[in-house]
Amino acid sequence: MKAKNTDKIATWVIYWLVAIVVLILAGILGNILWTGLPHLSWHFLTSEASSYQAGGGVRDQLFNSIYLLILTTIISFPIALGAAIYLSEYASDNWFTSLIRTTIEILSSLPSIVVGLFGYLLFVVQFGLGFSIISGALALTFFNLPILTSNMEQAINGVPQSQREAGLALGLSNWKTIRGIVLPAALPGILTGLILSAGRIFGEAAALIYTAGQSGSTVNYSNWNPFSPTSFLNVMRPAETLAVHIWKVNTEGIIPDATVVSAATSALLVIVVILFNLGARYLGNKLYQKLTAAKAK
Amino acid sequence: MKDVITAKDVKLSYGSYEALHGISLNFHEDELTALIGPSGCGKSTFLRCLNRMNDDIENINITGKILFEGQDIYSPKMDLVELRKEVGMVFQQPTPFPFSVYDNIAYGLRIAGIKDKELIDQRVEESLKQAAIWRETKDNLKRNAQAFSGGQQQRICIARALAIRPKVVLLDEPTSALDPISSSEVEETLMDLKRKYTFIMVTHNLQQAGRISDQTAFLMNGNLIEAGKTEEMFIAPKKQITSDYLNGRFG
Repeated sequence: MKAKNTDKIATWVIYWLVAIVVLILAGILGNILWTGLPHLSWHFLTSEASSYQAGGGVRDQLFNSIYLLILTTIISFPIALGAAIYLSEYASDNWFTSLIRTTIEILSSLPSIVVGLFGYLLFVVQFGLGFSIISGALALTFFNLPILTSNMEQAINGVPQSQREAGLALGLSNWKTIRGIVLPAALPGILTGLILSAGRIFGEAAALIYTAGQSGSTVNYSNWNPFSPTSFLNVMRPAETLAVHIWKVNTEGIIPDATVVSAATSALLVIVVILFNLGARYLGNKLYQKLTAAKAK
Repeated sequence: MKDVITAKDVKLSYGSYEALHGISLNFHEDELTALIGPSGCGKSTFLRCLNRMNDDIENINITGKILFEGQDIYSPKMDLVELRKEVGMVFQQPTPFPFSVYDNIAYGLRIAGIKDKELIDQRVEESLKQAAIWRETKDNLKRNAQAFSGGQQQRICIARALAIRPKVVLLDEPTSALDPISSSEVEETLMDLKRKYTFIMVTHNLQQAGRISDQTAFLMNGNLIEAGKTEEMFIAPKKQITSDYLNGRFG
């Protein structure tokens, strides 16, 4: 009888703890969406942010966020992939590789504001890149690399050893085995890792405040010359992102509708991040099915 | 009878532990040799020496000579990629790549530099027929190889190994992960093929060794105890310990 009662109590406690977690998460998400969604409109998405009056939008911030994400991914993906391939396929277990792994672990828990200040000193000041998209993208690359690398390393390690042996036994060189067999098999995991890290990049503010800057310059979306200062493609212009925008309207902003703007921007951010996550799952599953083909035609 | 592979006094050690204590054995052309012995006796380790699959293990040291068609495969001049094209391998667990059946078979051919689409098509069909899996795959060549049953996957792997026309195929317990029906299908396939290829097979299944092999080698604790024609060895083993093992007194 006693064991039964203890079991009952333990079960109840666990249910309650789970309920608390779910409630908190649902409360936060619900609150953000509830307060933000009513203010999300086409006008909000397509008009410029205003400096003084109410009624501004986040067109440039939204574009900047996406542009920064794309640039960061382009820079960090190949580096992380190379590092992950090295760690999982070539590195032997010695003090050097365990040093690399420890460094990656430490870097992945580095506070983003520290990454931001480091980026400010190195890229903005030392390299003279100024407050610019490229400074921001480089800082975000530093921020993103550790997690992306370890995600990809896990994905590659997940490919059974027997697949590698089969490749080698077929007369493939080490590199051909990796490129032709291991990477395709690890692709779903690699993509999932990439998209999940994209969500993190998209919502990052602290690392960008001192690197990509807090001001939006005048941007012309019909100017396709990336070297022109007003072009939307110019990587040397300062660029405020959605997350930085939220921080700014709440600290230094003087617009009268700051609460509305930040609520709507928060909702927009959350929605985009949710879309990334759903996309990651969908794409990962699709690719997994296609590659391992539980149900291929 | 021509010997395709000759092993002379092959010793292998991991660090200070010696796993093979000098094994000398000849493998005859177009025959199936079975390597039998209790678990941990070194038969798989020895098999993997024959296409140098042990090379990447740390602290490994292999001495003695293994000649493939008269060439020392451990000489520095030996091209590993070339060697493995001549000496193919099939593993215990089926290892189809996560591509279609067609691409699995064609992969080795493309790597070998064959570009002619017709020749590849022809080889794919031929290899699948040889491995007795053509009937089950011919309408599903585009289907992912990993979606087939274990026995089918194993025969696809055999077809993949045959496609690059090796002289020798090493089989590391090819049927031990399969159910009895799939296992007998693979056995039949090997029976048909052993007049065209040289097979060297590690197996735990003594009946299987008795049924399909021409030569049997019995290993124990890293030593070759006895080797000879399968019928002779199964009926009248020369050593008492071989007889004890074959009669199931240990192992």
